[in-house]
Amino acid sequence: MTPPDQGDTTVHDAAGTRAATAGGAVPDSDRTTSSPPPDGSRSDPDAPGIDAGATGLSLPHDSARRHVTGEAVYTDDLTPLAGELHLAPVRADIASGTLDDVDASTALAMPGVVGVFTADDVTGDNDIAPVFDGDPLLARDEIRFFGQVVAVVAAEDLVTARQAALTVVVTTSPTTPNLDLAASWKAGHHLRPTHTQRRGDAATVIADAAHRLSGELAIGGQEHFYLEGQVARAVPGEDGSMHVDSSTQNPTEMQELVGKVLGEPMGAVTVEVRRMGGGFGGKETQSAQCAALAALVARATGRSARMRLRRHDDMVTTGKRAPFLGTWQVGYDDDGRILGLDVDLVGNAGHSVDLSEGVVDRAMFHVDNCYFLEAARVTGHTVATSTVSNTAFRGFGGPQGMLVIESAIEAIARERGLDPLAVRRRNFYGPVGSGRDTTHYGQRVTDNIIARLVDEVAVTADYDARRAEIASWNASSPVLRRGISLTPVKFGIAFTVKHLNQGGALLHVYRDGSIHLNHGGTEMGQGLYVKVAQVVAAELGVDTGRVKLSAARTDKVPNTSPTAASSGTDLNGAAAQYAAREVRDRMARWLAKREGVPVDGVTFADDRVTAGDASFDFAEIAHDAYMDRVGLSATGHYATPDIHYDRETGSGRPFFYYAYGAAVTEVVIDTLTGETRVLAADLLHDVGRSINPAIDRGQVEGGFVQGLGWLTSEELQWNDDGRPTVTGPSTYKIPAIADAPERFNVTLVPDSVNLEDVVYRSKAVGEPPLMLAISGWCAIKDAVASLGDGAIDPPLRAPATPEAVLAACDAVRTPPASTQ
Amino acid sequence: MIEFVLGNEVVRLDDVDPNTTVLDWLRANGRTGTKEGCASGDCGACTVAVVDRGEEESDLDVRAVNSCISLVGSLDGRALVTVEDLAGTEGDGDLHPVQQAMVDEHGSQCGFCTPGFVMSMFAWAQGEPTTDRHDIDTALSGNLCRCTGYRPIVAAARRIAEGHVEPLATDDAGLRRRLDDLAITQRERGMATLEDPDGTTWHAPRTLDEATEVLAEHPDAKMVAGGTDLVLQITQDDRHFDHLVDVTRIAELHAVETDGEVVTIGAAVPLEDGQHTLTEIAPATATLWHRYGSVPIRNAATIGGNLGTASPIGDTPPVLLALDATVVVAGPGGVRGIPIDDFFVDYRETARADDEVIVAVEIPRPDPRDHLSVSKVSKRIDDDISAVCAVVNVTLDDDGTVTAARLGFGGMAAIPKRASGAEQALVGGQLDDESVAAAVAALADDFTPIDDMRASAAYRAQVAGNLLRRAHLEFTAGNGDAARPLRIEHVHHEEPVT
Repeated sequence: MTPPDQGDTTVHDAAGTRAATAGGAVPDSDRTTSSPPPDGSRSDPDAPGIDAGATGLSLPHDSARRHVTGEAVYTDDLTPLAGELHLAPVRADIASGTLDDVDASTALAMPGVVGVFTADDVTGDNDIAPVFDGDPLLARDEIRFFGQVVAVVAAEDLVTARQAALTVVVTTSPTTPNLDLAASWKAGHHLRPTHTQRRGDAATVIADAAHRLSGELAIGGQEHFYLEGQVARAVPGEDGSMHVDSSTQNPTEMQELVGKVLGEPMGAVTVEVRRMGGGFGGKETQSAQCAALAALVARATGRSARMRLRRHDDMVTTGKRAPFLGTWQVGYDDDGRILGLDVDLVGNAGHSVDLSEGVVDRAMFHVDNCYFLEAARVTGHTVATSTVSNTAFRGFGGPQGMLVIESAIEAIARERGLDPLAVRRRNFYGPVGSGRDTTHYGQRVTDNIIARLVDEVAVTADYDARRAEIASWNASSPVLRRGISLTPVKFGIAFTVKHLNQGGALLHVYRDGSIHLNHGGTEMGQGLYVKVAQVVAAELGVDTGRVKLSAARTDKVPNTSPTAASSGTDLNGAAAQYAAREVRDRMARWLAKREGVPVDGVTFADDRVTAGDASFDFAEIAHDAYMDRVGLSATGHYATPDIHYDRETGSGRPFFYYAYGAAVTEVVIDTLTGETRVLAADLLHDVGRSINPAIDRGQVEGGFVQGLGWLTSEELQWNDDGRPTVTGPSTYKIPAIADAPERFNVTLVPDSVNLEDVVYRSKAVGEPPLMLAISGWCAIKDAVASLGDGAIDPPLRAPATPEAVLAACDAVRTPPASTQ
Repeated sequence: MIEFVLGNEVVRLDDVDPNTTVLDWLRANGRTGTKEGCASGDCGACTVAVVDRGEEESDLDVRAVNSCISLVGSLDGRALVTVEDLAGTEGDGDLHPVQQAMVDEHGSQCGFCTPGFVMSMFAWAQGEPTTDRHDIDTALSGNLCRCTGYRPIVAAARRIAEGHVEPLATDDAGLRRRLDDLAITQRERGMATLEDPDGTTWHAPRTLDEATEVLAEHPDAKMVAGGTDLVLQITQDDRHFDHLVDVTRIAELHAVETDGEVVTIGAAVPLEDGQHTLTEIAPATATLWHRYGSVPIRNAATIGGNLGTASPIGDTPPVLLALDATVVVAGPGGVRGIPIDDFFVDYRETARADDEVIVAVEIPRPDPRDHLSVSKVSKRIDDDISAVCAVVNVTLDDDGTVTAARLGFGGMAAIPKRASGAEQALVGGQLDDESVAAAVAALADDFTPIDDMRASAAYRAQVAGNLLRRAHLEFTAGNGDAARPLRIEHVHHEEPVT
């Protein structure tokens, strides 16, 4: 076992004993928010027991051993049942138009083909949209994006299904696709009403400011590129029931949508997911098509049916991170302090809403990043284009919003002749009560540690000295330029859709002392399972290995929220904690009575239960409690307290708390080709009190590199007809191993405590670190800017591909006439 | 029939469809530890190790390959090692050191790419692994991970390099014996063949004469070597080939001659091996080879295959154009040499006749007065396909006059092509800013670049000129100025991953 990364992790210290002491009150989800120290500092000496039991230990991922041996079972590894059918999609080859005919006669005549299914074969509802209608399971009459699935072929084997799919003749009549986001916005092709957040009179403030700048930033989308593509297997049962194994982040929604498509209630459908080979948001809603088509065929044929998308089908037919357009006007003072900001955030939803309204919202909620905006008007637009419907992706719009203000900060700094870091610092939120502590949507930033993190990482990364050294190196470098940047992150934690902020768990203690745990969260590699197991083990005072983890199943824990919004541990860890406390307290009350000690004299630690002077093995107590007819199974439910937001006024407290981070990244660029390399990264990230530092560090590192990919080499493209031209890894370039920086220092803020009562005072970690990669994009701008006199802000788009970087270099080398 | 060793058994296949990939065969036969991430050799989730007999009596040659684009026939006479073979299965069986290192360093998150990483590391550990970051990156450049950011995987690799991994050759002398036995039975068996019930055939002739016979029998047969291009047509486009001829077992295609003034590299020599010969005669090409696909790709892909597919974005052709190579082909009419300048005829068309086999390339040793500058530009540095590949070879006499120039380019036309106008602008004068500017200007007439998702035509045109400028800088400033490097791969941060 790896030694713990922090703190004393023995179970006998005071905090640990307290956490595992029976009779402790279940946290009241209606309790008032704990108030922060007045200076906004992060120390909270009264926070309860982090060092309890297994929490704080860097345990390996619960499946690590099975990952490296190949024993870990993914959905497509399930042994086929007798007669199992394989499905292949038939896609439209236009981006916009009408669907006139689907002729499957050739396919149906092929040996091994069992059926070809179209929208006409859907017995229930043909729409698998998550929130607002508009995502047909199978296209009927209308084609809204290139590759839209119009039929599915079912065959005895996959090769036959695919070859048969090629023979299906799809007749369409194309119309002109709507592919230009800016034009679509101007033309008013909004899928949802415009949403505005306002503070003060931004227009007047900007007009009156000493300095004004405006800009526009085009931000590319991102393919999830989970290594395991979309896949589901449906097994029909008796009485209308259907069991679906799905690679999904969202079992309950798969259950509901499969039911809708089949015309069955949710109770007839069970969805199960043991693990995914990566999700990143791409399996929050986009898993529905495979699940529902497999179920449709299984119902129609009475045979189990499996649908796995191969890579290019997956890339063409499933949604991605939305491209955005950000246009901004900013007014600021001589020192670069922002006085007013007016920004339009235009999200490319694709052909339908999917989750894009929430994505645009989150972009708006993060357009401030760490900066106080005294006067602001922030407007979000959910705009339609004739592309696949875009969806959740780690950060959920936050990265796009944040990139817009960081590009504005960069522009201000260059106009002022300042280090961008100096401008950032001048704009940070201030301490509570400073008058600079409230966001443009009205939430007070009570846990602000931005300035401290930035100061600390600037020192540990030696930012100032390196910046000076780079400047002198650049001055004598004929072809290559280096650049460095320090950027901060503040990321709001909670689903901005209130009802999703709940978690559930089911815990059994068996009479041999073994423990079986289910919760509403899904495992996609993020280490949720081991973290929740550590929480349960801490509560019951047992070794984590005693907690048996099993697949998420909708028949065990119902009405689950998607494992998304970084919330997996916050919601499901708390629910599991409550369930564990419930069982523990029943055992404690029973034992206290038997031993004649007070209930709070019963403690659970070290795989033993102690009552007064007597000490027993946990298994013995489990057995004895069962024999004395004590119920050893419990559910737990958690609802995040105190969050609300009013779309009409554009204000509220949408987030329970914020997670923070700061990064220094150094790059080198080739000014002849535009190629770049990230040389060094120093990350300092806030995870509160870590339940598992190794797992959390993995999220920070992985998020950062994934963010670098989004901002550098990952480029989605379409031709003029709306056909995606980047449909596989030979053309879509996610970071490879050599793209991980040579110097890659990652530190979890050692003494951070979540001021809110989140499980063990930890903080969510899934999404926030991705935005640390913005420092890489800004470092590239820094390198490009060195080609000029420093006053020209390089017009760099995202992603900063070699072609984009070379264009920015040329723009700086040969400034446009207007700036000369 | 084909025969190969898997686990403790010899597997014999006879009537399998020869279009079946190793990955699909494995997964259909219960070995689901090996994953499909892309079915195009780009992600490495499918990585397995194949083992051949080495040159010495007890040696084993262990290589990582992409099972998703390897045809089952390629296994004939070899051993196949998958992730299931490395450790005891359930319970507390000892993990292989590479598996243990990945667990200890938290090198897996979702775990889907992990078996592939484990197998690449396993094959790497059979050689002489070092803790050098470039060595590690090279070994693992064909494995994509979307979760970890790679830092813990690098750490795991370092742990392996620092520790001791028992090589397969000594671990399991029995494997060598089984491969020796297999070789004996195969000699008696004759040419390896597969034929499925539908009459789909695969042949692996052992000599040029056998190849000529098979090709005469199946004139519509598709020749396949490493398959890293051809098999994509099966896995990505649902093509089905009725007749396949595997040319990698033809003895004459494995010759390597490095003694004379002309160096010969057999067409079936994998690029991972051929690169050493090419680097020895032209050290400047080294920068290209480690960016050429990935280790698993280079273990399968051959020099002959890279010429035969005639892709305009292959990376060997620009080198061979710049070095004035000759392509040797053999067919019913005998053996002939085709000058590289005449080899590429049109998009994916060559001067090779359908019934001819590429036997070798012959490369004259560069003159000491030749100056080479080799550049590959791509969206991602590693394991990407060139937007532009430029191999600049100028011959300078003692007073600095350019006496000859051969500029080989990829990505700039429908075929790999020399920049003849730019060459003319350089030859006969000094290599200076003026002549280089003239050469850059001439590129506009030399090329009509490709315009696609990898790069726009305008970008390619601009970069091609810039690469000429960099070549000039390198020839004049030299490559050795550590303080003022000219390539991003020469800039390092002194402090390694912690």
